[in-house]
Amino acid sequence: MTNRTFSRRDFVRVGVAVGGGLFVTVTGCKPTGGEVAATGPFAPNAFVRLDPDGTVTIIAKHLEMGQGTYTGLSTIVAEEMDADWAKVKVEGAPNDTEKYKNLVFGIMGTGGSSAIANSWEQHRKAGATARAMLIAAAAKQWGVAVGEVTTEPGVAVHAKSNRRADYGSLAGRAAGLPAPATVALKDPKDFRYVGKEGTSRRVDSKAKATGTATFTQDVKLDGMLTAVVAHPPLFGATVKSFDATKAKAIAGVKDVVQIPTGIAVLADSFWAARRGRDAVVVQWDTSAANTMGTAEIFGQYRELAAKPGVEIRKDGDAESTLGGAAKVVEATYEFPFLAHACMEPMNCVVQLGKDRCELWYGAQFQTPDGGAVAALTGLKPEQVKINMLFAGGSFGRRANKAADFVIEAVAIAKAIEGRAPVKLVWTREDDTNAGYFRPAFLHRIRGGLDAQGAPTAWWHRIVGQAIMDGTPFMPPDGKDPASFEGAADHPYQVANVFVDVHYPKIGVPVQWWRSVGHTHTGFAVEMFVDELARAAGKDPVEFRRGLLAKDPRRLAVLNLAVEKSGWGSPLSAGRARGVAVHKSFNSYVAEVAEVSLVGGRPKVHRVVCAVDCGIAVNPDVIRAQMEGGIAYGLSAALYGKIDIDKGKVTSSNFDRYKVLRMSDMPAIEVHILQSSEAPTGVGEPGVPPIGPAVANALLALTGKPVRRIPLV
Amino acid sequence: MATLTVNGQTKEVTADPTMPLLWVLRDVLGMTGTKFGCGIAQCGACTVHLDGIPTRFCVTPLSAVGAKKITTIEGLSPDGNHAVQQAWIELQVPQCGYCQSGQIMSAVALIEAKPTPTDADIDKAMDGNICRCGTYQRIRAAIHRAAEIKRG
Repeated sequence: MTNRTFSRRDFVRVGVAVGGGLFVTVTGCKPTGGEVAATGPFAPNAFVRLDPDGTVTIIAKHLEMGQGTYTGLSTIVAEEMDADWAKVKVEGAPNDTEKYKNLVFGIMGTGGSSAIANSWEQHRKAGATARAMLIAAAAKQWGVAVGEVTTEPGVAVHAKSNRRADYGSLAGRAAGLPAPATVALKDPKDFRYVGKEGTSRRVDSKAKATGTATFTQDVKLDGMLTAVVAHPPLFGATVKSFDATKAKAIAGVKDVVQIPTGIAVLADSFWAARRGRDAVVVQWDTSAANTMGTAEIFGQYRELAAKPGVEIRKDGDAESTLGGAAKVVEATYEFPFLAHACMEPMNCVVQLGKDRCELWYGAQFQTPDGGAVAALTGLKPEQVKINMLFAGGSFGRRANKAADFVIEAVAIAKAIEGRAPVKLVWTREDDTNAGYFRPAFLHRIRGGLDAQGAPTAWWHRIVGQAIMDGTPFMPPDGKDPASFEGAADHPYQVANVFVDVHYPKIGVPVQWWRSVGHTHTGFAVEMFVDELARAAGKDPVEFRRGLLAKDPRRLAVLNLAVEKSGWGSPLSAGRARGVAVHKSFNSYVAEVAEVSLVGGRPKVHRVVCAVDCGIAVNPDVIRAQMEGGIAYGLSAALYGKIDIDKGKVTSSNFDRYKVLRMSDMPAIEVHILQSSEAPTGVGEPGVPPIGPAVANALLALTGKPVRRIPLV
Repeated sequence: MATLTVNGQTKEVTADPTMPLLWVLRDVLGMTGTKFGCGIAQCGACTVHLDGIPTRFCVTPLSAVGAKKITTIEGLSPDGNHAVQQAWIELQVPQCGYCQSGQIMSAVALIEAKPTPTDADIDKAMDGNICRCGTYQRIRAAIHRAAEIKRG
């Protein structure tokens, strides 16, 4: 990438912020790629504020839920602004769709590993504009030509006269200047922070190592009451009647109210509210509730897998090619429901007034959340103010299509007519039992090989709920791409491909879960490729290489992970390697897992990961996301499973919903490919390859393919 | 009324004796560094020291504390500069950060008991603390680093 110049059409507006600071807003940044184009006219954005004391505040439009976006967004702005990293602070943006929308989604929201990808150009321009105006201010102050002023981090410099001015000292003057007509972006060779190890370190490490970071759970407003809710025991059940006598007798309980989702107990502490909740006697109407369990659901899916579904892809004639194949491999893989299980259970603080509703929470989907709050309260969307706090994890959960926990908090505030601010706290069980799981899926795949072991046909049937049902992302033809992304478009060169999908309607609420459809499609495809390789008598790496000639980036990560893992070299007795490679969110990730069996259970010793995510903005954050993605995916592969019995979720806490712990954690090495492509996602793409890499290692170890997940 | 010693300070507390100390800290004393994760002593987010022993405060009622001394994340160091906290920052451990107070309290107790912990010691001491962001590898490295800092 070379220097780029933006025209006057890339309009820049300047105002004076509180405290005499410089406030730069940039418009004109059209999305240049991504899976979904933004709609509507371009609106102003406001991402940086410089105070006279030199503090540079980056206003982050995306939720910090652990993925490091506060650091990444700030790195981009600070890079082009030449800000001093030690003086950079971050605050969460207020809900303002026009200014802070995600350019991929067209709404204010965080997800799809899109934060850095959609902000890259926009934030570069925001930083570059700030820098250009500070240079102009310094030039004016010194009476020198703009072209003679350069910058060092946080300082404008006039080398000829040996004069220097801190950015803070220029803030007032810069604020009074007209906008520059054009803004030049840096040549990447001049980057100080982007891609530079150890420079722009995480902005939130100290707060999070000292217990001072503010999460929703930590918010306390004057007169605030804590609410805990008696929720329905089954999905779709409603309150028939209730008796709050015993609950109201508990010291600290202030009120008990009925809301659409149950009975809320409000108290002066969590403990009183929780005791009160447990003391409410509720009669539930279960006439419209889901009473199916996971066993019945999979029974239904197995029946569907024998019948044609909605056709998604048809190249050539897979069916008849299978008929004439030298060898046919068939596999059915089953993937369970999964909870997101963030460490901070869902919660939300709300203060409802006559003409205003203010909320504090880990807001991931501001535009739809704000719209839902407005609809419930009868307020205008601009009367809803959302304060975005740190989220204790999300993995997709907080971007809820029904704004479920947000709406519940507001419903409680409404039920008490705004008499007190309300903090809704879900217990771990409330959080799990609310659902919105990664749906259960079944994949049935048949593959044909010719006499030389080359694949000639790929026939693939997928059964599982459409997560996009009820969202604006659902295509009019009803073919939810989240069910087949990563499968219907799998990269392996096979002449005859057939893919169809069943979208059963089941009364269990489902949603995106870290890496969305790729959680199961990548798993199934990569396991099946190993089964084909085995049937062809070929090494899994060589087999893949032969089918990936037209996919150089995928091949490159595969080759790097394979090389770094020592693929083919001897391992200690009882260990085997497995490999998987997958593309998601425009990033490519390959992983090699070293696995043994300890007491009949898989033990993962080492994982070597290679990632190509375009320009690596913060290499250490990328490594952390690969490590975390591998841990999250491994947790699901080994243990993850939501059990539902007669409609009731029975694995509601960590005693039954097992997750990865320290002693399960493999040693992980992450290798980042050098790239000059625009940055792509890192929050999710580390997840898909780990499950199949482990399963493939088990296949190599035991000769027996994995067909059902989880493995333990 | 109960008298607690929290981070070296005496606190008079009026609360339901069945109230877990987690909520005494958070809702009564306004000390929010200690987190709520599961409520059944499965995740470790609420880990606090009781006379130096890492204890799950989500299931430890107020009535059980007696004269034992409580140390929370807020009391670990005056300036966030405990060896474990230094190592956590140096190795960029936290992601979402929600579990980290509990992780740090467990780690501090470990290196107090074992100044040079092995990986097996770390597995044993830290297995009760869940991190869904998957920072385990960095926690492991940071514990070794903290032990090194502490040894000087």
